[in-house]
Amino acid sequence: MIKVENLVKSFGTVKAVDNISFEVNDGENMVLLGTSGCGKTTLLKMLNRLIEPDSGSITINNENINAQPAEDLRRNMGYVLQNNGLFPHYTVAQNIAVVPSLLKWDKAKTLSRVDELIQKLHLSKDHLDAYPHELSGGQQQRVGLARALAANPPVLLMDEPFGALDNVTRSKIHDEFKALDELKRKTIIMVTHDVQEAFELADRIALMDNGRIVQTGTPTELLFNPVNDFVRGFLQHQRLQLELRAVKLANIWDYLPTGGRKINTSLIPATAGVWEALKNFKFFPRETINLLNQQNREVKSVTFDELMSAYSQFKIQQPHE
Amino acid sequence: MNEHQQTLFEFMQQQADKLGVQTLQHIGLTFISLLIAVIIGLPLGIYITRQKKISGLVLGIAGVLQTIPSIALLGFMIPVLGIGAKPAIVALLLYALLPIIRNTYTGITGVNPAVKEAAIAMGLNKWQVLFKVELPLAMPVILAGIRTATVINVGVATLASYIAAGGLGEFIFGGISLNNTNMILAGAIPAALLAILFDFLLSRLQRLNFKKIRGAVKAAPVLLVLLACLYFIPSAYGSKLTAGFTPEFMGRQDGNLGLVSKYGLKIHTIVINDAVMYKAAQEKELDVISGYSTDGRLKAYDLVVLDDDKKIFPPYYAAPIVREDALKNFPELEKTLNLLSGLITDSVMTDLNYRTDYLHQTPERVAKDFLQSKNLLKPDKGGKNGIVRIGSKIFGEQYILASIYAMLIKGYTDYDVATKTGLGGTKICFDALTNNQIDFYPEYTGTGLLAILQAPTQTVTRLQASKDSTYNYVQRQFQEKYKIKWLKPIGFNNAYALMMRQKQANELNIKTISDLKRYLEIK
Ligand SMILES: Nc1ncnc2c1ncn2[C@@H]1O[C@H](COP(=O)(O)OP(=O)(O)OP(=O)(O)O)[C@@H](O)[C@H]1O
Ligand SMILES: [Mg+2]
Repeated sequence: MIKVENLVKSFGTVKAVDNISFEVNDGENMVLLGTSGCGKTTLLKMLNRLIEPDSGSITINNENINAQPAEDLRRNMGYVLQNNGLFPHYTVAQNIAVVPSLLKWDKAKTLSRVDELIQKLHLSKDHLDAYPHELSGGQQQRVGLARALAANPPVLLMDEPFGALDNVTRSKIHDEFKALDELKRKTIIMVTHDVQEAFELADRIALMDNGRIVQTGTPTELLFNPVNDFVRGFLQHQRLQLELRAVKLANIWDYLPTGGRKINTSLIPATAGVWEALKNFKFFPRETINLLNQQNREVKSVTFDELMSAYSQFKIQQPHE
Repeated sequence: MNEHQQTLFEFMQQQADKLGVQTLQHIGLTFISLLIAVIIGLPLGIYITRQKKISGLVLGIAGVLQTIPSIALLGFMIPVLGIGAKPAIVALLLYALLPIIRNTYTGITGVNPAVKEAAIAMGLNKWQVLFKVELPLAMPVILAGIRTATVINVGVATLASYIAAGGLGEFIFGGISLNNTNMILAGAIPAALLAILFDFLLSRLQRLNFKKIRGAVKAAPVLLVLLACLYFIPSAYGSKLTAGFTPEFMGRQDGNLGLVSKYGLKIHTIVINDAVMYKAAQEKELDVISGYSTDGRLKAYDLVVLDDDKKIFPPYYAAPIVREDALKNFPELEKTLNLLSGLITDSVMTDLNYRTDYLHQTPERVAKDFLQSKNLLKPDKGGKNGIVRIGSKIFGEQYILASIYAMLIKGYTDYDVATKTGLGGTKICFDALTNNQIDFYPEYTGTGLLAILQAPTQTVTRLQASKDSTYNYVQRQFQEKYKIKWLKPIGFNNAYALMMRQKQANELNIKTISDLKRYLEIK
């Protein structure tokens, strides 16, 4: 568990991080969300001591991060940079193997780990001997992620890892990211200024403004229990889509009619968002999709109208402005 | 020597040994200093990227060092480091320092900060960041600096010959003094080729990918050391005394060639510039030097002239030379100028030169004091009977003589005087005289014989036998050819001379060049 307490960092008169505290549980994906310049990068860099705080403390599993040499701390913490920061004079393979070689892994172990990551991150073996400038932006991001994951660190810090990508590539990598088994076990702190991305990938979001955390919570909490107008305003633009993403089928399960006509065999798990379910409609008359509630192994086949009506019934129940 | 014009190729062939040695020395000098400059400059450049506050200061100092003229820098070195390889290497390395420090600094500060940050974030410690990331990425820029330094060094190393450190400058500067184009080119062309070659090789190195040729990069320092060692190969000497001769003296029949052929003198000889030679003799870096017998520095540095008992140095007796029509226009002139005849001996002239060159007294003051001491000074008559125009060449001795003559003419005749001093070299002065722009100036018999009359070799050899024959010969020839009269000699002989420290000469009981030869031959 990572615990941040009363962290302060100023650059001259600018209070980049102004008394921030939060906790991240093991295996959780915490997203630091906020507009440009609100102090996200500064906060993240204090976690691996690239920046020393003016005051406050950070502990990981109850041990202060200053207790061990900074290099050791960093070798156990993957870091993906805002603009990838690959070594231009290293090949892709060498870039990925940076931390293993610092940890003095033997050659065979390093090689097999590099191969494994190349496959998992959908890179081609032909890229192994290429230099970073020979890759596309998306490929570079993948190598950056592979490098951060190479030594299998329990904690992963990511600074706008998908910032430089176009929308199509980004949503593709988002899907891969969510599917990556390696990441499921890791404690991840990810920085972004993209609300969609935050809602897509976060277990919890810390919404920041001006060096402070305004609200920490799950996407649904932020949407339906905003602590103030700033939070509300921040989410306003893409509200509908965010809500459809944030509200899971499980949330509206009780409002969905039972039975229904099953026209195919594909099953959508109830852990998915409403948005996910809506994407499955191909829009022909009397079409239904099948939803599976894993907890009681119940399957419901619903039409588009039935799904939307359940969603609006759910929303009426929420405390609303 | 040869009658037909010698080609450059013939010269190089003939001097192949020397050329080889000089080239090796040149490469050696370049790389020893480069090696040391890299050893100092690279860490210093790295250090100032970590201590940005002093980077301006360090780069500033290195920049100032670079602007000191090379000759001056070499001059500063002599009191501290003497002559020879040491000061030359230090001077070269000081020049090489700036490009190496500056490029190391810009190379490392130019590394993409995101890459550096990534390296730190991956857990590289500060040495690993330096060696695995910063240096490899800065290497092309650093190599560019080393490349600049190498080319500068090849160029400046030609000046090493000024302080007896050898190198291709021996030919270049010897050739310039002797007006021998082949000799100049024999030094200049290899020097230029070396510069181009090293520049090319380093530019190739710069473009290589460092990850792929790790081995080669490790071999580079070894190669550098090997090249640096070249300098020491030629320096296996063994002689009791060391001589330092100017490049001009080295190449002249009435210089080192004569010493070898007529005296059979065998002495460890290094080539050195006139400006630092006397000082080096005083500092005991050199024991025997070539110089001019009336140079003020003889006295300043307590040196003594060895007698040229076999008469290889042609006499350079000074005497006023006057256009004959001027003698007619100014009937009193000849008598007045001859007042000085025989009065100024070698040691007197040396003393007068010492006063202007070392005590920095004005030529007028020195002239006045001298005339006073000889009871020849008379007040200015304010003469109105025409103006006598006196010329002089552009060095101290000539200024003094011109002043003395001006005072004599003003005091003893009704003529007024106009002085046109500082007329460059012999040719300018002599042309001014024949073109009726001046009436007379002091000239030397040797110069008249060799530079003006350009007498054939046989004549020169024949005339060397006696002191007066040269004077008589030039007097006759000038009269016939130019209608110019040589008046009576002033007395001193400003010829080439070998000189030693007074104390050492006394201790070793060496008075003549033959004594010197005998001393050197005693085992
Ligand atoms: N090294 C620094 N020196 C001075 N000021 C800095 C420094 N680093 C950050 N700041 C300032 O601190 C504030 C927070 O910067 P930070 O980089 O943490 O923002 P961010 O939220 O990551 O922004 P972005 O989304 O644009 O990356 C900004 O006002 C920035 O100008
Ligand atoms: Mg940032």
